[in-house]
Amino acid sequence: MTEQDVIELIDSSLAEEFELNREEMTPEANIYEDLGLDSLDTVDMVIVLEAAFKFKIREEEAVRGIRTLGDIHRFVLEKMAESS
Amino acid sequence: MHRVAITGIGIISCLGQDPGTVGEALRSGRSGVVIDEERVRLGFRSPLTAMIRDFDASLLSRKQRKSMPEFAVWAYAATSSALEMAKLDEQAVQNDQTGLLFGCDSSCIAAVEQVDALMRGGETKAIGSGQIFRSMTSTVTMNLNTLLGTRGACWSLSSACSSGGHAVGQAADLIRFGRQQRMICGGAQEINWQSMCSFDGLGAFSLRLADPAAASRPFDAERDGLVPGGGAAALVLERYDLAQQRGATILGEVIGYGFSSDGEQLSVPSREGLGRAMTMALEDSGLAAADIDYLCAHATSTPAGDAAEADNIRRIFGDKTPPVSSLKAMTGHELWMSGASQVVYTTIMAQQGFIAPNRNFCAPCSETAGLNIVRETIPQAPRHVLCNSAGFGGTNAALIIAYG
Repeated sequence: MTEQDVIELIDSSLAEEFELNREEMTPEANIYEDLGLDSLDTVDMVIVLEAAFKFKIREEEAVRGIRTLGDIHRFVLEKMAESS
Repeated sequence: MHRVAITGIGIISCLGQDPGTVGEALRSGRSGVVIDEERVRLGFRSPLTAMIRDFDASLLSRKQRKSMPEFAVWAYAATSSALEMAKLDEQAVQNDQTGLLFGCDSSCIAAVEQVDALMRGGETKAIGSGQIFRSMTSTVTMNLNTLLGTRGACWSLSSACSSGGHAVGQAADLIRFGRQQRMICGGAQEINWQSMCSFDGLGAFSLRLADPAAASRPFDAERDGLVPGGGAAALVLERYDLAQQRGATILGEVIGYGFSSDGEQLSVPSREGLGRAMTMALEDSGLAAADIDYLCAHATSTPAGDAAEADNIRRIFGDKTPPVSSLKAMTGHELWMSGASQVVYTTIMAQQGFIAPNRNFCAPCSETAGLNIVRETIPQAPRHVLCNSAGFGGTNAALIIAYG
């Protein structure tokens, strides 16, 4: 899976789960202020990412630190790199 | 005390999802009862149930629905219709004088799904964010509050199958006592098999499988049990003078509310408990028993329950009862919703000028004799209606509504 494939899978999975407009899903977009997610949504975001990438997310601190869509991209790419 | 006007109604039921369709069904005595093949496969004693089909849940976003079981979405749809009928927009209800009070006594499916998710996922975070909000009995009012932005009373009431009746009565009381100017109230009930399996296990459901539409036969000598159903019913109640001031169309007036409990058995209603609620409602309304021109009965088509209600009615009305019908012959027993849906259904009758029949009633047994059962649609609007509801444990509600 290329980096672009990973980013596409993240974006499409989150767009489906949270009914997001793909045009607004830029790496700089703040997931709370720009994309309208709330703290409850991050619970479901973890489930969505785990299902999409078949890994377990244990890094609660790191998840809490996520602010932008780009943060999610980096978080997932790092996890993919660790496991490969 | 303030007077209480009904200015809006909404209904999602097995008979239809708007007052016009539901009114046609009530007038013609059309049944909403079917056989659920899944219940046959699962080993239910009775697969009979009322069913809601073709409901469009897309009126809310996926995120909004995440915290709502299906019946809460039905409640939102019914509430939206009621507010539209009352000509109240978003701003009009976003204040601390507008409250919410719904009857609801379970949210079974969410409890089942959250346990399944844990067992499947092996960790609690696999359950997701919505189930906690879906699984509480206050799920309807909790979700409606965030969706509508009301800022007054917000709670749900659990009293088994009289939940909806008490919700309307207590919502009216909040207005009468000057605590709220406007209440959105009603009842909601899930229909899924998960919520009905233990009730089926009691042997309380009809086994008349050959003809589902004839299965629910309140007060009839051949009745053999109830048929479960559900949906959502919503009403907008307003302080009468304020409703008049804003030029609202007044559909009816809640003029009496009575309540009582049996203090006897869990599943067998007493011979006089519901009667005490009826008496309290009559005294509250200032009407005499003879002024009631339609009694919308609770009767669910169980042998013991209908016999007890008949006894209660005869104790209040003597030999000369008003026309009586139980709409559960068509809708099945809408459980938590039923006390509120009766008020919606009678309001539809008043609006459309008829009294609905007690479908499937052929002849009484000795215990249900002496009631003036409506066998055929009466082409005349009711003026003073008494709505009964009663629940497990012996909790009773009686409402008196004036129309016209």
